[in-house]
Amino acid sequence: MTDSKYEVVIGLEVHTELKTNTKIFCSCSTEFGGEPNTHVCPGCLGMPGVLPVLNKRVVDFAIMAGLALNCQIAEFSKFDRKHYFYPDLPTSYQISQFDQPICKNGYLEIDINGEQKRIGINRIHMEEDASKLVHGGASIATSSYSLVDYNRGGVPLLEIVSEPDIRSPEEARAYLEKLKSILEYTEVSDCKMQEGSLRCDANVSVMPKGSKEFGTRVEIKNLNSFRALKKALEYEVMRHIQALEEGEPLIQETRTWDENKGITLSMRTKEEAHDYRYFPDPDLVPVIISREWVEEIRRNLPELPQARKERFMREYGLPAYDASIITSSKALAEYFDACVALYPEAKTVSNWLMGDLIRSLNAEDQDIRDCRIRPEMLVEMLRLIDNKTISGKIAKTVFEEMFQSGKKPADIVKEKGLVQITDQGEIEAMVDQVIEANPKSVEDFKSGKEKAIGFLVGQVMKLSKGKANPNMVNELLRKKLK
Amino acid sequence: MAVTIKDVEKTAFLARIDLSEEEKNKFTEEIKIILDHVENFVDLNTENIPPTINILPLYNVMRDDITRPSLDKNAVFQNTSHEEDGMFKVPKIL
Repeated sequence: MTDSKYEVVIGLEVHTELKTNTKIFCSCSTEFGGEPNTHVCPGCLGMPGVLPVLNKRVVDFAIMAGLALNCQIAEFSKFDRKHYFYPDLPTSYQISQFDQPICKNGYLEIDINGEQKRIGINRIHMEEDASKLVHGGASIATSSYSLVDYNRGGVPLLEIVSEPDIRSPEEARAYLEKLKSILEYTEVSDCKMQEGSLRCDANVSVMPKGSKEFGTRVEIKNLNSFRALKKALEYEVMRHIQALEEGEPLIQETRTWDENKGITLSMRTKEEAHDYRYFPDPDLVPVIISREWVEEIRRNLPELPQARKERFMREYGLPAYDASIITSSKALAEYFDACVALYPEAKTVSNWLMGDLIRSLNAEDQDIRDCRIRPEMLVEMLRLIDNKTISGKIAKTVFEEMFQSGKKPADIVKEKGLVQITDQGEIEAMVDQVIEANPKSVEDFKSGKEKAIGFLVGQVMKLSKGKANPNMVNELLRKKLK
Repeated sequence: MAVTIKDVEKTAFLARIDLSEEEKNKFTEEIKIILDHVENFVDLNTENIPPTINILPLYNVMRDDITRPSLDKNAVFQNTSHEEDGMFKVPKIL
């Protein structure tokens, strides 16, 4: 899509909510979906005279994410106040990190057209999440007031800032997918984009190829799905190229993605340029991170996607493609591991996962963790194919039924009368019937058109409602047409 | 150090404080005195002195990740009359 005359420069800022029990600076619950303002205390409501106390697990998680993303872990880190007036923060400042973030200089690798590309990570810092605003009245444009739910205020966040190493919307998407996968593997966040526990802003500029000077930079907010990220960037790149072609000026600004209209819109703010007046938060003392602490966390780092991909290729002999698809999601990789523990034909399991399972999950927009087909059910179905109770074709029907109802494969086979026909006489009768009804195809086959047999097998299968054993059908047909 | 009325206006805007013309003039004078005092430190040699982040000789003050009960609903809203549907009502944002 990108005109070769231009070069696109993209950097992403990703916010991820950490999976701790309590907020970053107080002991209120971080649970999602509670009744409004029930997870609040004088601390996260910003009452005077209350002191924040840092949650140790937030630091542990930040170090873990930093190690998983190949970062340097700071020996000395501190918290700063970032000031702005907005009702999503009761104190009028957000506790964040400014010049001494906990992690710096990392990277991750993405796969672009079969090649590995390294995307730098500039920094990772810890901060508190802001609260949720709900607009009163019919719509945000007409309402005369807003409502604030402080439950989310103070939930721990990591902000992960990439280097401007991303060169296309496809790369941006691959980066976000890889980042999400790594964060899921480390279990620091559940990364549910639909619940807002993983959010993304993008900085984008376009310059003539070979130029030493970056183009005008625009920040796009509110990119909260992979689709939105890719579409918004594609739109924005096109808008920039158009402006450059026509010699029109672009302004450095913040824009928002309008999912319904499929365009980005300027977020004009009345305020002049932001002046956050960062300064060290005097209520919090510095964090000093010993190398022992870092090594302790490094020892407990779980298997990461790349390592698991390599293990799947080595231990199970999976092709690289299968291994990377299956390990892209931690839950899917665990599902695969559970299946293979019961049924060692890894490639057969992989084929069902990458085909029917992923397709069905995508069609229903379902997470594998909620899937009704448990690994032992899938394995039971594979055994039914192996012992010739059902054919591979019938298995697709069984699979579909399991996916919808969660019933066991053996019960489905019994209930629906799907047992495979392996009776020689019964199949022979159907084969005769098909030969009789299709003289043209029979003639074609006899005169050397190998393909015609496929059609005839298909006709027998159709006649048996998919229940005939396809190998036996094939054999019998060939024998009779010799 | 030169402090102008513009600096005072900007500071007041950032703090969301409305000042009268009289107040602006008064604060311009007063802030100038404070900054002139701070100016005395510029000549001090601070080469090998790390910036003071916190005056307490403390670090790594942390708590375990264990939930404690949050506030009772009545307590949450006891200082406001601006409540609706269990939320705080604030002026329109956009």
